[in-house]
Amino acid sequence: MRKLILLIAAGALAAVTSVAGAATLDDVRAKGHVQCGINTGLPGFAYKDEAGEWQGFDVDYCRAVAAAVFGDAGALKYTNLTGATRFEALKAGEIDVLSRNTTWTYSRDNDLKLTFVGVNYYDGQGFIVNKALGVESAHDLEGASVCIQTGTTTELNLADFFRANGMNYEPVPIENNEEARQNYLAGRCDVYTTDRSGLAATRASLENPDDHVVLPEIISKEPLGPLVRHGDDEWGDIARWTLNVLILAEEYGIDSGNVNELAEGTNNPEINRMLGTEGEFGAMLGLDQNWVVNVINAVGNYAEIFDRNIGPDTAIGLSRGVNASYLDGGILYAPPFR
Amino acid sequence: MTVHPDVEPGRDFRLSDIWTNERSRSLVIQIVALLVLFLTLAWIVNNTVQNLENLGVETGYGFLEQPASYDINQRLVEYSSRSTHARAALVGFLNTVLVAVTGIIFATLLGFMVGVLRLSNNWLVSRLMTAYVEFTRNVPVLLHILLWYGIVLHVLPHPKEAIEPISGLFLSNRGFYLPRPVFEDFAWVIPASLVATLVGVYLFARHARRVQERTGKIYPVLSMSLAAIIAVPVVAYFAAGSPAHLDWPALKGFNYKGGIALKPEFFALWFALSIYTAAFIAEIVRGGIVAVSHGQTEAAFSLGIKPGWTMRLVVIPQALRVIVPPLISQYLNLTKNSSLAIAVGYMDLTATIGRISLNQTGRALECMSILLTIYLLISLMISAFMNWYNKRIRLVER
Repeated sequence: MRKLILLIAAGALAAVTSVAGAATLDDVRAKGHVQCGINTGLPGFAYKDEAGEWQGFDVDYCRAVAAAVFGDAGALKYTNLTGATRFEALKAGEIDVLSRNTTWTYSRDNDLKLTFVGVNYYDGQGFIVNKALGVESAHDLEGASVCIQTGTTTELNLADFFRANGMNYEPVPIENNEEARQNYLAGRCDVYTTDRSGLAATRASLENPDDHVVLPEIISKEPLGPLVRHGDDEWGDIARWTLNVLILAEEYGIDSGNVNELAEGTNNPEINRMLGTEGEFGAMLGLDQNWVVNVINAVGNYAEIFDRNIGPDTAIGLSRGVNASYLDGGILYAPPFR
Repeated sequence: MTVHPDVEPGRDFRLSDIWTNERSRSLVIQIVALLVLFLTLAWIVNNTVQNLENLGVETGYGFLEQPASYDINQRLVEYSSRSTHARAALVGFLNTVLVAVTGIIFATLLGFMVGVLRLSNNWLVSRLMTAYVEFTRNVPVLLHILLWYGIVLHVLPHPKEAIEPISGLFLSNRGFYLPRPVFEDFAWVIPASLVATLVGVYLFARHARRVQERTGKIYPVLSMSLAAIIAVPVVAYFAAGSPAHLDWPALKGFNYKGGIALKPEFFALWFALSIYTAAFIAEIVRGGIVAVSHGQTEAAFSLGIKPGWTMRLVVIPQALRVIVPPLISQYLNLTKNSSLAIAVGYMDLTATIGRISLNQTGRALECMSILLTIYLLISLMISAFMNWYNKRIRLVER
């Protein structure tokens, strides 16, 4: 018994002390893989394909980070997290980076001590209902039962929206997207609310997507992006610039088809800097000289990731909208690579 | 030295005695073990605080005064999304208490019934009860909860097609709706009359016992008390001019409004916990009854005591001595198992302060410490009450 207590104490200590280690890049290199926190299952963003491999918009970001660090997108392990467990897992050092359609907010950044490295999807919260209910606006939802994932910003927006409009509702708390889908289909709730990208994904996974309609109201801003712990700026920069180069690659027309050719040298100095034929930019992050080439080879640029997972030709069918590059009238914009 | 009785008398104390003497050795080992334990604990706490400081994470209970900002669907006290986290914890606490108390009552009733019936001479009845006990207690309680939640959700219809087995009772997969009594002026007459009746019943029972001890004459205390407890408030109700009416549930828009609503989450949790725990209680009750020697029953019969009275006056009081201590454990188990509420989204203490508040504020250690303290307090209170009861029914040797 005494031995057991000591063992447990030692284990707890080990868990506690590992948090204090700041050099995440060294830790990641030492263990040989990036540990990435992803959703427990959200079509288009993080889902298992027929071969049993995790795929999706958020998963591709994880692969990009692994490619940046190791030159191999496969040097990656996943931890599936619910809305309620994700921050603890990140803070406790269980994962190195969280890529789980997470909204960037003031208190998460400053109170929870997390560092958001950018926005990879500008989203907003919406509602999905069955067409048979004849609801056309979120303002018709007086007295409805609403399925809502606990521990999310959407839960707080929902409370605010109904309060501000003087309406009543019954919140039906659920843990993850799959549970929400089941409760919604079973009729436990009339409405399911989450980010509109998530709604589109959920709708696509229903048997008859056309029987369900996403209401026009967008009740919040939900800038989604990957995040890391506070306190390790070097690791944060790797995560931030991995996202940035995906966006920059689209701006400069670099994609998985032409990246190797362009890496032999071009007339465009910015492309040369990114792809490592000019300057020593990889070393500034502690990465290989050709890390960007590895990233693009592994996952392609932002447009490729978007189109492959959630774009108009997929079952999710999201259009780029505000998530288009600033060159195409969107708000996606990355700082220059120099 | 009296501390070392096995040291030869007259010999001086040597330092090596601390280790060679059995008693002092065991004392030293215990002291060292305790020291190591406390030092390790202190180290863990210190390290945690240090690490949190290094991370720049603020600690403290100030967040309890901040608005919770989320809504709770089942609340026994006033609560809105503008209420504080402390208030949310209170709502969760009351929901936990509600499911624990109603669960304990139902589990006890069901458990006693099943336990006694399992001893029945009727083959079918005893086998049915055996099947119930073996099925129920050999399946994890979480599966019971999910099973009943699934049954309510998938078997019962949508509110628009709700079943109405008796007028005013609606069954749907959003919950069960009952009429709710609304009290008007003079309604205080009803509880007042009930209290008066209870006092009267107590005095009557005391009087009856004295008469029996003095003369041997026996009053039918139980049936008369029951009749009075039911009849007096009913008479008082009509005498006061029916100062209450029923608020009927009615379908308005998406859901039923008015009346009392039993949510599917509450029902699944309460029912599953009750029937699960009842199976254990049934075994405890059966064990308790079997533990009373058959000679006691035979002795009672030979004295001419009727079978019903033999059970009530001879067997049960002796069986209770065996039943009550393990019963306490079952009550505690039920209360703690209620934290499985999270599986079906019942907003108990764990789901509010231990889950949503924790996630929205990131105060993991603080929320967990609150949760721990409250569960500990609830359990200790149940324990204290049951221990008091156990002492009261203890066999008094004369």
